Amino acid sequence: MSAVDPAGTAGAAGREELLRVEGLHVAYGADTVLHGVDLTVRRGHRVAVVGASGSGKSTTAAAVLGLLQGAGRVTGGRVSVCGDDVTAALVGRDEGRLRRLRGRQVGLVPQDPMSNLNPSARVGRQVAETLRMHGLARGAAARDRAVELLEEAGIPDAGRRARQYPHEFSGGMRQRVLIAMALAAEPELLIADEPTSALDVTVQRQILDHLDRLTTARGASLLLVTHDLALAAERCDDVLVMSEGRVVETGPARRVLGEPADAYTRRLVAAAPATAGRAGARPRPEGPGEDVLVVRDLVKEYRVRGQREHVRAVDGVSFAVRAGTTTAVVGESGSGKTTTARLVLGLEAPTSGAVDVAGGRRDVQPVFQDPYGSLDPTMTLERLIDEPLRIARAGDARSRRARVGELLDQVALSRGLAQRRPAELSGGQRQRVAIARALALNPRVVVLDEATSALDVLVQQQVLALLERLQDELGLTYLFITHDLAVARHLAHDVLVMRAGRVVEQGTIEDVFASPRHEYTAQLLSAIPGRAAA
Amino acid sequence: MARFLISRLGQSVVTLLLASVVVFAGVRALPGDPALAAAGEEATPEALAAVRADLGLDQPVWVQYWRFLTSALSGDLGTSVRTGTPVTELIGATLPVTLWLSLYAVLLALVLGLATGVVAAVRRGTWAEAGVNGLSLLGLSVPSFWLGLLAILYLAVGLGWFPASGYVSPAEDPLRALHHLTLPAVVLGAGTAAVVMRQTRASMLQNLSADYVRTARAKGASRSSVVLRFALRNSLVVVVTLVGLQLGGLISGAVVTERIFGLPGFGKLTLDSVFSRDYPVIEGVVLVVTLAYVVINLAVDLLYTVLDPRIRVSGGAR
Repeated sequence: MSAVDPAGTAGAAGREELLRVEGLHVAYGADTVLHGVDLTVRRGHRVAVVGASGSGKSTTAAAVLGLLQGAGRVTGGRVSVCGDDVTAALVGRDEGRLRRLRGRQVGLVPQDPMSNLNPSARVGRQVAETLRMHGLARGAAARDRAVELLEEAGIPDAGRRARQYPHEFSGGMRQRVLIAMALAAEPELLIADEPTSALDVTVQRQILDHLDRLTTARGASLLLVTHDLALAAERCDDVLVMSEGRVVETGPARRVLGEPADAYTRRLVAAAPATAGRAGARPRPEGPGEDVLVVRDLVKEYRVRGQREHVRAVDGVSFAVRAGTTTAVVGESGSGKTTTARLVLGLEAPTSGAVDVAGGRRDVQPVFQDPYGSLDPTMTLERLIDEPLRIARAGDARSRRARVGELLDQVALSRGLAQRRPAELSGGQRQRVAIARALALNPRVVVLDEATSALDVLVQQQVLALLERLQDELGLTYLFITHDLAVARHLAHDVLVMRAGRVVEQGTIEDVFASPRHEYTAQLLSAIPGRAAA
Repeated sequence: MARFLISRLGQSVVTLLLASVVVFAGVRALPGDPALAAAGEEATPEALAAVRADLGLDQPVWVQYWRFLTSALSGDLGTSVRTGTPVTELIGATLPVTLWLSLYAVLLALVLGLATGVVAAVRRGTWAEAGVNGLSLLGLSVPSFWLGLLAILYLAVGLGWFPASGYVSPAEDPLRALHHLTLPAVVLGAGTAAVVMRQTRASMLQNLSADYVRTARAKGASRSSVVLRFALRNSLVVVVTLVGLQLGGLISGAVVTERIFGLPGFGKLTLDSVFSRDYPVIEGVVLVVTLAYVVINLAVDLLYTVLDPRIRVSGGAR
């Protein structure tokens, strides 16, 4: 890179500006998606860009690197990296200039560790590639340096692991590989686009700590793109809030999130289900109430191909859920929480143990995580919602139509939407449809498997409010499967903490959150971003 | 890896055994009497019975099958009822012709299909893509007998670039063999080239928009390295499967092309034996085709493990 500019860039703040974006406009075809974004990252600074999906935060990051997909192009504004104006290269797609920028001046840590590594190349080679591409090392030297980099990124036994393929790594380990790749050519600025949102909280924390250490050690700056306000506040100096392609607020992290000036930021901050937010848990329904769902010594074993031993996904789980209450099942991926949900729903048969539901099979209905995948795109909402009724041969066409109208009212969707198809709806609306479908047969228990995890904070807040209202009005019982302890605390009365197929702790929300007895629960709680600050 | 190999080999043996039963039963279900075909329409009942005993047709079916299987395993597929030549000899003479032709056709199809497929994906939305798409549509829809006739009419008779018929073994004279086989191989491989092109294009488009390709560009990878080393490398898995399946089809489907170009190949042998109800030859021919399919499938599976490291693990290699 060029020598430090003696006059211009080391400005009033006394720090060199590594990245300066002024009035950036980006369009996809005729659609303008960024409307004049301003952004500055100084040497050694950490800046977070927060916002809901579709706010333009990832587009901003991609535009800076000239990595806009498809018909995306920069239509206005200026971008300078390390004092060099690269706008012309970005607009004119000057690949030669951009290649010197990418990896060497600005490193990128992408979002999803599962899809961002080349599946057919060994991990070490993929890291060494960055070095070779920029002519920093070749042959054995590049290989050795790659192993060092993997080691620095926290991969144990890096020499051996470097010869393995991505599918032999866990999500967290792959993210470390991606970090090693991004830092290989020692860029001065690292752009991390939701680097940990696909990972479990405890892994997320390790990765972020590591990222902190590595960037500090190298004096690199960080531009962190995230939807998670608490994480932004905890990890960054400055925060930039984006909405609909515009920056609505910017400033020091504590100020922006502590005393938000902009109306949208205020809504965003209020909607985040903080772990310390609500004073006490939700009130329980009055009266003794019966146990509508009783699970006893549930065990589920799977055979794994090529392995003699069976894997116990669920290992002796017992619990009871009282009518009209919510029990959250929390845990990280692989803890057995989703298998438990599938066993309760009767989608899989347990190896041993029993699931008893007051009523019967039809009294348990599901709402799944992905509102895009769980609704058949070829059906109208009416057909989607009355499907359980048709399967159960409940009523005639006219009574079913009336019931669909009622259900749409209950989930606060307009009756006029009945003939629409899922593609015409937003994520939040789709999840409402999934809830309406679950309620069609008047079930007593609804199993919500990560039902709000795919939604933006504001939408999540609305769906959680809807679930609360439906519970109060209809006396529903929820089994709420989630990895998100903050959401669990918001909605649930009782909680089960699962790890490796076993329940390690269970009790009321107040007790478990205030004084966790199991070490793992404490670890989970302390890993939640923003918890330390609160 | 060894366990994976053994289990795949075991599956292949079972497939072949099943195929032998089907072949045996299927041939016997054909209308017509092979003894009559061998002895002639005018034969006396005694002569017919003698021929029948000679061919083993008077034995119970399961004995006939056992004989057929054991001799097939020892490399003896019997003798042709029509000509009296051993079946293995007939196959040995004709199979190389078809193998050379099919391999050449697949090679041409691969080179052409991969190159045009990559161009179509990289130059998306341009005239180049439209042209390649049009060509592939032609390759898929033009029947091979017509394409063959056109090729003979213009390239062989008209321009005189290639011979219109005849066969020279590559073992004798590689250059002349290539010269003779080029037109038939182009005609035979046209459909495959079109399929390979379409699959390559679709796979490339998918891989070019994959996250890991974007990440490679973020590392500073050049456009050409992204296309060839990342996207094409990962598209090959699908293409290899396809080509494997097509190769089997080509060997059994070369009948028409061989006929048009007058090649003394396997297809011709198949046709002749079916028309004369030459049981031993039909059985031998079908068994060889089945064996070819099984071997090709095995080869494709092994190639997979080279191309896609993920399959090595799920196959129980570790």
